[in-house]
Amino acid sequence: MTATSNVTTEPVLRRSSGATALRRGLQDWLPRIVLAPSFAVIILFVYGFIVFTAYLSMTSSTLLPRFDFIGLENYVKLFKLPNWWIALKNLAIFGSLYIGICCALGLFLAILLDQKIRGEGILRPIYLYPMALSFIVTGTAWKWFLDPGIGLDQTMHALGWASFHFDWIKNRDMAIYTVVIAAVWQSSGFVMAMFLAGLRGIDTEIMRAAAIDGAGPWQLYRRIIIPMLRPAFLSAFVVLAHMAIKSYDLVIALTNGGPGRATEVPATFMYSYTFTRSQMAIGAASAVIMLMMVASIIVPYLYSELSAERQQ
Amino acid sequence: MGKRILSAFAGLAAGAALFAGGAHAEESVEVLHWWTAGGEAAALNVLKDQLEEQGVTWQDMPVAGGSGVQAMTVLRSRVTSGNAPTAVQMLGYDIQDWANEGVLADLSDLAAKEKWDDVVPKALQRFAKNSDGQWIAAPVNVHSTNWMWANKKIFDEVGVEGEVKDWDELIAVLDKIKEAGYTPIAYGGQPWQDATVFEAVVLSTGGPEFYKKALNDFDPEALGSDTMKTAFDRMSKLHEYVDPNFSGRDWNLATAMVINGKAAVQFMGDWAKGEFLRADLKPGEDFVCQRFPGTQGTVLFNSDQFVMFQVGEDKRDAQIKLASAVMSPTFQIAFNKVKGSVPARTDVPGDELDACGQKGMKELAAANESNQLFGSLAHGYGAPSAVKNAVFDVVTAHFNGEYTSDEAVKALVEAVSAAQ
Repeated sequence: MTATSNVTTEPVLRRSSGATALRRGLQDWLPRIVLAPSFAVIILFVYGFIVFTAYLSMTSSTLLPRFDFIGLENYVKLFKLPNWWIALKNLAIFGSLYIGICCALGLFLAILLDQKIRGEGILRPIYLYPMALSFIVTGTAWKWFLDPGIGLDQTMHALGWASFHFDWIKNRDMAIYTVVIAAVWQSSGFVMAMFLAGLRGIDTEIMRAAAIDGAGPWQLYRRIIIPMLRPAFLSAFVVLAHMAIKSYDLVIALTNGGPGRATEVPATFMYSYTFTRSQMAIGAASAVIMLMMVASIIVPYLYSELSAERQQ
Repeated sequence: MGKRILSAFAGLAAGAALFAGGAHAEESVEVLHWWTAGGEAAALNVLKDQLEEQGVTWQDMPVAGGSGVQAMTVLRSRVTSGNAPTAVQMLGYDIQDWANEGVLADLSDLAAKEKWDDVVPKALQRFAKNSDGQWIAAPVNVHSTNWMWANKKIFDEVGVEGEVKDWDELIAVLDKIKEAGYTPIAYGGQPWQDATVFEAVVLSTGGPEFYKKALNDFDPEALGSDTMKTAFDRMSKLHEYVDPNFSGRDWNLATAMVINGKAAVQFMGDWAKGEFLRADLKPGEDFVCQRFPGTQGTVLFNSDQFVMFQVGEDKRDAQIKLASAVMSPTFQIAFNKVKGSVPARTDVPGDELDACGQKGMKELAAANESNQLFGSLAHGYGAPSAVKNAVFDVVTAHFNGEYTSDEAVKALVEAVSAAQ
């Protein structure tokens, strides 16, 4: 691969060295000029506001931003709030189950679809389709579906199964799991697509060689194929993890943080403290903590990706 | 983050508007409010027409969303960008918060001319004036929250006669209703509704003095007292009378349960009356309105006010006209007839209101005389929003079984002191 590219670039280089200095200068600068506006916008509106939020978290802002510096007091306050701990605990439950179940289910579906079955072209979009919905729609639909007064519970009773009982969404201890159910329903098809792409990328020669060596299908998947899907797992994890941390709309639509405050997550916490409770500084502090959580996942990932690229 | 970007853009827009401004010769007012429901919107039209007669055009700026949370977010970005609307619908301590930011207009001259000091209840004036005693808002109405609404048919069936006087009678009635096979309490499990019931229970349990000490002054001793524990116990007791599907239910759906005869009573502010009237039910005949048992004589209030923001000189005149129109007896009556509340001035005749409304007006005037008029915590008249929400957290957590009453009392004291 590297050898062929060297051969093709050489004549190009020779030709350009013969061109005028102005043209070369323009060619050097053109990418920068084209990128400059979007670069400036991103610097200001992404990184600028991250700095602004971080600064706000160290002020005494309440209703409106204030610019006095009071150090890390808000972080101390934040970690004393029972609500914040509830939010973190819920995120831990939601995040681990969401990522775990999505990966397991996605892999399972992908393996099933990879058996060269007929009608794959129809089945694949069916599994993928929930991803086309927004979390608001998913949340609202599942809210109705799970509501014991009008949804599944009621339907089962109407069909004559009187002892049927499923009221998780109204149950303080179980409500967070309904969020997991809805989120898994939405995302596992997407994870399936990622794994399917990974499976398709595996050289069939390897599988054939393993079959000749006497590996059964179970061994084949466990020892060879799944380990080879490592990059797909990593991508799925990164995508799902940051979706879990910033999940807001699904919770708002499904339970609105209830019953009580049983399904509060960091994102709903951040919104309510910043905008409805007039404790902007605490809200900003929680936003910074969320950013750090996302960064702790994304940065190592990017680092490993980039260093892998450099090695090549 | 998105909001901040928005406010930055709004800032740019406001800068541009500075140069473009002044071209408008015509007087206009821009009013930010969340009265978007049918009846409310119709009631506002009265004000709109009144102003248009005086040559002031009305620029409507409705932001849907019941409690005004969304409206406040819009307002924040408008004010940050230096482009405040003329008037904004607002509640209680929010008004004081904005007053402390120094962005509100002074209405004192108009108030002195129209003698607002004499006609507006004193407890309400504290919220309509800033710390220097200047009028900064025009109250539109007075709601009160310690009401009980009941389905008359069910009450007749189980033999409730006259008023339910106190807590014990209430429990006896609820037991009878339960036996008769109805859901006794139509309950909406949302934090603000939990708190609305809670404040009535606190008032009923500890009396007016205790209510004021605990939920207006936030005296740690009162908050941690045995009386407060009893109040929490009573909340647990009420929990026995709600249906299993209560959590997250909107208040108007709970009211509908009473209207349809599925449930017997609802504890809710007087805005619930609008739902009954819209269903063509008659007060006294089809539904019963009475104070929450044990709180007779005391009124917990909540008042919608139009807060006036500082605007340019060219708009000042229209703003004063708006404030004057809001306080005019014609508007106060026309609006409150539709809204279910009572006028914010005690000197207007209440003949046009229905029986419940007249009762509410009389009780408001009496409570004002005897200093039994207290701010409703659940609706922003008891504490700034940080403290208010801290109380909501505890009350909701307790009602949903997360805390025992002992733990709730302890958590309440801690949460309030942490938020103050």
